[in-house]
Parts: sequence; structure tokens; C-alpha cells
Amino acid sequence: MRVSYQWLSEYVDLTGISPQDLADLMTRSGIEVEAVEPRNAGVSNVVVGYVKERNQHPDADRLSVCLVDVGQGEDLQIVCGAKNVAAGQKVPVALPGAKLPGGIKIKRSKLRGVESQGMICSAKELGLNDKLLAKDQQEGIMVLPEDAPVGADAVTFLGLDDYVLELGLTPNRSDCLSMLGVAYEVAAILGREVKWPQVEVVEDGGENPVTVQIEAVDHCYQYHGRHFTNVSIGSSPQWLKNRLMAAGVRPINNVVDITNYVMLEYGQPLHAFDAEKVHERKIRVRLAQPGEKLVTLDDQERALDEQTLVIADPQKGLAIAGIMGGANSEITEDTSEIILESAYFTPQSIRRSARRLEMRTEGCVRWEKGVDPQRVAPAADRAAQLIQQLAKATVSKGVAGEAIQQREPVEVSLTLDKLNGHLGMALPAEDVSAIFRRLQFPFTYADGTWHVTIPTRRSDITLPEDLIEEVARLHGYDNIPTTLMHGETTQGKLNREQSLRRIVRHHLIGLGLSEAISYSLLHPERLHDVAGLHDHQKYHGLRLAMPMSEEHSVLRMSLLPGLLQVAQYNKNRQNHDLALFELGRVFLSEESSPTALPEERLYLAGVVAGQWQSQHWNAAKQPADFYLVKGIVESLLARLGVRDVSFRPTAERSGMHPGRTADILADGEVLGYLGQLHPATEKVYDLDETFVFQFDTHKLFAHALDLGLYRMLPKFPAISRDLAFVVDRTVPAERLSALIRQAAGDWLESVALFDVYTGEHVAADKKSVAFSLVYRHPERTLLDEEVQESVSRVVQTLADEVGAELRG
Amino acid sequence: MQERLQQLKQAALSRLSEVTDMQQLQELRVKYLGKKGELTEILRGMGSLSAEERPVVGQLVNEVRSALESAIADKQASLEQAALEARLASEALDVTLPGRPLPAGTMHPLARIIEQTEDIFIGLGFEVAEGPEVETDLFNFEMLNLPKNHPARDMQDSFYITEEILLRTQTSPVQARTMLDKGGKTPIKIICPGKVYRRDDDDATHSHQFMQIEGLVVDKGVRMSDLKGTLLTFARQMFGENQQIRLRPSFFPFTEPSVEVDIQCIFCGGKGCRTCKQTGWIEILGAGMVHPRVLEMGGYDPKEVSGFAFGMGVERIAMLKYGIEDIRHFYTNDVRFLRQFNRV
Repeated sequence: MRVSYQWLSEYVDLTGISPQDLADLMTRSGIEVEAVEPRNAGVSNVVVGYVKERNQHPDADRLSVCLVDVGQGEDLQIVCGAKNVAAGQKVPVALPGAKLPGGIKIKRSKLRGVESQGMICSAKELGLNDKLLAKDQQEGIMVLPEDAPVGADAVTFLGLDDYVLELGLTPNRSDCLSMLGVAYEVAAILGREVKWPQVEVVEDGGENPVTVQIEAVDHCYQYHGRHFTNVSIGSSPQWLKNRLMAAGVRPINNVVDITNYVMLEYGQPLHAFDAEKVHERKIRVRLAQPGEKLVTLDDQERALDEQTLVIADPQKGLAIAGIMGGANSEITEDTSEIILESAYFTPQSIRRSARRLEMRTEGCVRWEKGVDPQRVAPAADRAAQLIQQLAKATVSKGVAGEAIQQREPVEVSLTLDKLNGHLGMALPAEDVSAIFRRLQFPFTYADGTWHVTIPTRRSDITLPEDLIEEVARLHGYDNIPTTLMHGETTQGKLNREQSLRRIVRHHLIGLGLSEAISYSLLHPERLHDVAGLHDHQKYHGLRLAMPMSEEHSVLRMSLLPGLLQVAQYNKNRQNHDLALFELGRVFLSEESSPTALPEERLYLAGVVAGQWQSQHWNAAKQPADFYLVKGIVESLLARLGVRDVSFRPTAERSGMHPGRTADILADGEVLGYLGQLHPATEKVYDLDETFVFQFDTHKLFAHALDLGLYRMLPKFPAISRDLAFVVDRTVPAERLSALIRQAAGDWLESVALFDVYTGEHVAADKKSVAFSLVYRHPERTLLDEEVQESVSRVVQTLADEVGAELRG
Repeated sequence: MQERLQQLKQAALSRLSEVTDMQQLQELRVKYLGKKGELTEILRGMGSLSAEERPVVGQLVNEVRSALESAIADKQASLEQAALEARLASEALDVTLPGRPLPAGTMHPLARIIEQTEDIFIGLGFEVAEGPEVETDLFNFEMLNLPKNHPARDMQDSFYITEEILLRTQTSPVQARTMLDKGGKTPIKIICPGKVYRRDDDDATHSHQFMQIEGLVVDKGVRMSDLKGTLLTFARQMFGENQQIRLRPSFFPFTEPSVEVDIQCIFCGGKGCRTCKQTGWIEILGAGMVHPRVLEMGGYDPKEVSGFAFGMGVERIAMLKYGIEDIRHFYTNDVRFLRQFNRV
């Protein structure tokens, strides 16, 4: 809502309050003023002039030499380049010494040898918004109305000595979508009175011939039709145009301007029909018929559905109620008889139709939020008064139509205890009563309780809490004290999952990975690039009904596509060395059009590429590889205390290298996987060799182990033996260590693989794998023979099971 | 004999002063003090001395021996010291050469803000609650006093999947879920961080995905002054001990009264600058007293209990705190961006 400071001052005394003061006061008490805009963009010393003569410039075809009366005794000679300048016009004249927007100064000058004593201005040169001007005012000089007083200051005449307050209204304060509504708000802030316009309608015509039938009673509660004859359609007076333009509304003709003016003044949208186009002067308020179409004022044909409220005559539709009039009954220059509509359409009805038709007019905005039902009839009278005055119309006797439902003011009760208890204050009753008086809310107060009658203009207030807010905002939030809760003491804490998430995050950061957060919405083609941990046959990627772009239209089922996009983004910026992880949810739904919420699983994924450690004078560079990522994963699993971990080769993970991928298991359950991307996947994201891991944290955390009792330190020495075996290359190392554990007996404390060798000292299809075995007895010193016995068993078992030979 | 002893002592000491390494010292020790050394030889010759001379000479021999031993020990110590010094000198490193790099990761700035906020509120007795990112219309809107067709739904355009299921537009549905879970028990003190989604075109100040932290307190006798005190505590811990907050009236369907909360501009300290549009204040969050209908729908009697709620944009806090100008940085994850969040 754009509020003219001058216009507002007609309804509430603003003496002593500057536009900026007003803006600050309003903002601090609940109506945000987003901007205070001077109407005058820098115009001074411009007056209304009368073009007495227009002559052709002797030396320039396109220039005119005009003699202009500016009310200063002596006429000025002004050279003008506009095509439309003519004798007999009233025009704005910038006198020598005038200033125009953009820092332009006007001086006496010579144009092609002819002296010019000023400049005739266009609307644009005066800084007017040309979108709000009629077409014929947008080019050439601005032609002012014939009754413009010669010599008058153009700034005053055009209403530029004004400021516009731009309100950023919250949806509850639709009462401030009218000048009167704003006046009530300002009056409450300043403790001043609201002055309503004096409205008097002289019904000087015949009986009102219009009949109104409300058929759609759930969509329309009131419909009033005023009738006028002898209407002379013309241009509105300048003061009215000025106010409309200040409000951002384009003047059209006097009748249309008046409907807009009263809408801005009262908040009640109005519509005027050419009565001669309304069959039998009969108005029907009905729902659209199947297949009904209507050409609206903007010459668009609109297809209506059966829930659209229509204003019609017995033969045809005339308007889409509350949204836009029809072209068939539009006010034109030839109109002399009109029907003026002032109605109450329900917000739900208009909101629905406006949405469906994707039309949002100034009227819609007010209807959707609900207009004040008690202003419907007064607004019609106010418009009648203005139409009579400004369009010289005759007003027919009486108002057609009816109010079939009338919303009465509600009463809300509030106790002083509740008010003070809610705010944490100790306001005396008298201060609260004073605030209700300033709001002009009638009330009674007895025994600590107010019974407040809420005017229908403030339909946002229905509960005691709403009244508390009124008191709080007008009393000032700065006056509320600062306290801390005094109730039962509570324990603040993280739950187990939240704590584990932090442990994971900080551990990976400590290992050298950085945390990334990517988008949950993916391009559908990326969805299955690198699988999540759940069966992609069973689950569907959920698609948005109305995505902003295809790029972000489907919910992810794996974190890796998003992380790989991050990797790609970085690679394109020469960030080749990456070690990133993300904790985020994936979304799993068994239905593509879900009837229940999808399952949300918190996944953990990581991506490592490029150099883990770059070339250093003291150490070799270390490119990312499978075993680096495996090391990261193992470190994390160890940090969480996950036991019985194993890695199982898999060629089944989509998007992954079939020979370089392993599922990660604990106690036989798959927690996640790790490995290298499939070269085809690397190509999709334009990446070099890239290594990833992904966990379902729900499963991972289920295997996390809390710390238990400590183990006593050993009292007896350990004996260690290093053994190297030559086996077929295809035998997995984990198989060997499992066999060692199985064969070594009770006193084996640990077994660690410390070397793998292939090359000239072993056969081509063989490898040598070396383990370090540590033995210890908890209660005595082990004998060499006991260890030797165990080693023999190990050697024998490995020979029997996998054909391993002990290497010399 | 006594003279011989004196000469021997002089000769030994004189040769000792010329010794430069351990080898020579050892040779010298053997030559004079060894089993076949010169001093031993003199001792052997004592048998030829008279009974009167013997103790005198014996004492002299002992004196010479101990003088030589002590001189040799001193020499040994000084040689060892010199050897150690030489070794240390030879071992000196160029300590200005760069150390072997160990990788160091960084926490995402949004995660940082969330952890800090969680910790501040945990200190005030809050728990951390979470809810689904894909929500029902019921929890995202209706339970928050935003019935279908409510005009305030215009405030946020939503990503719907079906008519009833959408990506949550705010973390507030966790309020409603928590109230239902608690089944009418008090107190409730939670904060709820999480991702939310709105139909926005991504640009420097808008993102279709962003993060919020919601807070909710429900108990007997909760006052608006408690909200003010709680948020002041937060603002001071997050933005500095001298922070002030300012409440401005606003509107949210799920709170009444509703306020927007400003802190003193952290760029100009409240003097007025471009960032705060010369007001000296910057908005950081929205808050209010829980709307009685929201309490009712959550199974609480607004006559018995009251509550406050607040919600903040994590990106906004991070952008203010770290001076980040483009919200897209949070989601493009340029490592040159991420790596800057590496300090305490």
C-alpha cells in the first residue's frame, strides 16, 4: 500500500509529525514502512503557463516559438521541440533558474538564433512515472487541464509537494489497505482523532430501476447497486489524479477513477457497469455455467469454471466478480447511464478464482483478505457523491440489492492478570484502557476484566492474545522487561544419534576431510548415477509437482550425485585435490505418488580425489586411492567402536568400479560401501579417478559401541613371530588373517599384515603376504615351544586351506 | 725415586695437555696408570727402599696416581663435552623448512552455526528435536494455524509433491510434532535445526534450500519477557557480550503477539551504515508467544500454559557473522570457501 502523506492528513491531523517521523512511529508499532518516497524528484520554479501563440521557428522545422503567459505580467518567449505543443494549451513551464530532476538547471538561452526564456516540460521531465500517465501524456509536453490556474506553482498543482509511505503489510493487517484504515492506525499511535469524509448523496433522479438477485449465497453476502443517469464521462480533476498517481494507480476517466479512489479511501473495491449494456437492468450474482467464457476489460477471453462467481444479467456474464469487469459492459466515453456495484464477496471465493485465473488486481488483494462488511454501503454512497459532483450525474433514488448476511462486531474479553502475566509486566489498568481508547475500540472494564467490542474493520482480532498484542505494540516492546524462565529446571542435552553425528563430523574433519552441504533436489538423470544403500527397484525418486527447474526437481536417494556435482564444480575451478564429506538425508518412498511420508535416512558420504598429500621436500606425494579411503573408513569405524568389521568385494553397486568396490559390514550387516567410481561415472561428472564411501548412519550408529570398563595392562611379556606366506594372487588377504586367527589358538593376541610382495622373487601368479603374530598369556610367561607349536598349526592350516607356503 | 715420581707426574701432565681425542687419552692412561704402566713399575721398585722411606714414597705414589687420575677424568669430560658439541653442531637443521603437512578438514559454516546455537540453548536447558524434511500439509501449515486458503500461505510458496505432501517450508512443524509427542506434559524446551525448502529462484540472497533453527518453550507461566531474556542471551553468546536486542511488531500465524528481533548492527556497532540501512539495527529472527490455537491443536490448554517460539535463518546468521555476500556459496561448496572456516 502506497500512502500519500498529504492525503492521509485529511483523515488524521499530522501536525508536527514529519513523513519520516510517521514512518518510524508506524514501523515501531507494527506497520512496517519500507520506504518514504518524496513525490517531488527535484522540481522547483516550474509554473502553469498558457500558450498564447505558437509560431514556426524561422530556422528549424521541428521547433516552435511560443508566447507563454506565466502570470508574471510579461509573456515569455519559449522555444519548444515537442510536436504536440499548440496555442490555447495550459502547460508546465520551467522558468529561468528552475531545477528539474537529474540536476538539470534551466537558463535563458538561444536556440537556432531565437531566444528562449524557459522550457515547456514533459511529464517525464517533471519526474512523473509515465506508467501512470495516459498514452497521450507519455509523449511530448504535458498538457494540463483547461482550468489550471496560470502562474500557479506546478509542484503544488501536480501534488508533488508530498511524500509517499510505502507500507509492507503483513497478511493480518489488511485493514491498512485503505486510507481510512491507515488513519485509524496513525490516530491510535498519535492519540488523535479520525476524521471521516463528509458524505451526502442527493438522490435527484427517478426510482432506481436496477434489480439484484444473489443466487450464490455462499459466495456473496451483500450486493448494493446504485444507479446514475446523465453521466458525463471525462477526465478527472487534477487533485484526484494526483492522489491516484501517488497511490500508484493510473487515472483513466472520472467514473473509473472514482471507483479506484473510493477503493483506496475505504478499502472497498467497486465496479461500474454501463447500464445500457445490462439487459433489463437486472443483476444476477451467480456461479459460472459449464463452459462459460467471458472477455474481460483487458480483451482476454477467460474460461470460467463452475466455482467462479460471476456478475451477470439474464442473458450474459458481465464481470468476474471481484476480479475484473467484462468488456461488454465497460464504461466508455459514450456511457451516460451507469450501475455502480458495491458488494461483499467472500475471501475464499475470490481467492480461489484469482488463483485459478492467475489474475491479481488491486481489488483481488483486498477481497482475498476480507473487506469491512460495514463499509460496503457507505463506500457506495461516497462514490455516488463523487460521481454526482465530478461526472455531473443524476443519482437515482434508492439502492438496489440486499445484505443477506451481516457480520456483527465481536466482543473479546481480557483480564489484567492475563495481560500482565503474558507479557511479564505490571501495567496499570488505566494505561491499558487508554490504549483501547486510542484504538477506538469500545469497551467496558470492571473487576479486572475488559469486554472489548472489536470493530469489523479489525477482523484480525478475535482472541484475548490479539488484544494483548495491540497493547504490547502500542505500549512499546522496549518497555517489556528481560527475564529468564522461572519454571522447572530442565536438562539440556543431545540424544545419542545427535552426539554420534557430532563425533563422526569432528573425526572426519580431524582426519582432513571438509564438510560440504549439497542440494537435496537433483536432476532426474542424476538420481541413479551412484546408488544409495537401498534397493532402487523398490523405491521411487519423489518428484515435485511444480519444480522451479529440472535441475532441482527430484529428491535424492543417495548423497553421492550431489557430492560429485560439488567435486565437478571444484574441478572446474582448478580445485583438483578434494576430500569432502556430507551428512544429509535421502528420501525413500515405495510409491511414486506418495500417500504417506517417505522414509528419511541420514546418510554419510565422502569423496576423495586428486592428491591427498601433494609433493613435499620431505615426503613423497600421496595421491588418493582405494586404500586411503579404506583407511578413512576404518579409522571412523574404530572411533565408533564398531566390531567384527569386514569388507566384501561387490560388483553390484551402480556407478562404482566393479573390481574396486567393497561393501562394509559389521557383524554380517551391510553398513555402507566404499570404492572407486566407475570410469563411466567419472566421465559423467568430468572427474579423474575418484574414491567415495557412503554409509547409512542408522545402521552405522546401531553398531557404535559405548566405552566399557578398561582392560588391565598385561603383566607378562609377549612373544612375536613374523611369517611370510606365498599364495595365489587371488586369495584375499582377509581370508589369510581369518585362517591365522582360527588356527593359532587361545594365546594369539593380535595379527597384523605388514607386507605384500609380488615380483621377481615369487612366481608370476603368486604373491607373498607377511604377517606379524603377537602371542601372550594373561597369567604366565609363554614358552617358546608353545608359540612354535601354534606357528606350526598356522603354517599347516594355511597350506591345507589355501596352498600357502611359508617363505624362507 | 721421589724425583723420578715428580718427573713422571710432570711428563704425564704435559703429555695430557697435548691429548686431543679419546684414543690418545686411553693410550696415555695405559702408559702411566695401566697394569704395566710406568707408575706401576715404580711401585714394583719399592721393595728396594728402606722401611722409613717406604711409607713416604708410598704416599707420594698415591698422590701422583690420584693427581693423574683426576687430570685424566677432567680431560675425558672436556673431550666428551667437545664431542657432544661437535655432534650437536653437525645435527643442526634448517628449522625454517616447512613441516610435513598433515591434512586438516573444516566444518561447514552452517553446521558451525547450528552447533554453536545448539550449545547455547543446551546450556539454557533445551533439547534438540528433529522432524522430517518432507512434511504433510497438516503439520507444515494447518497445525500452525495456517488453514488451507489462509492468506498468509502466500508468504511462502511451497514445493508440493502431492496435494497433501510437501517439502517443509519452515522448521515450525517440529513444534507441532513435539507437542503431540509430549502428550500435554510440560515443560517443553526444544530447538529444532534443519533444512527447509521454498519455491525461490536461486540468486545472491535467495536459495530454494536453506536452513532454519526453530525454538519452542511451553510451560506454565511463560512470559514474553522470558522470550526477550532468552533471545538476549543467545544474541550475546552468538554476537558478543555487549549485544542489545530490539523487538519490532510483526505477524506470524502461529504466534501472537509476533515480533521481529533485531540486534545492534555488527558492522557499525549501531552507529548506522549501509548494511543496516542507517538504522543501527539488523533483523536476525522472528519470534512470538505461541498462538493459543497452536497450543490447543498440540494438545495444550492455553488457559493453563503459555509458550514462546522463535525461528531464525542459519544462512542469515552465518552471512552476518562472517560477512558472506552470496548465499549460493553455502551450497556450491567451493573448497576455497570451505577451507576458510578453519579457526576456533
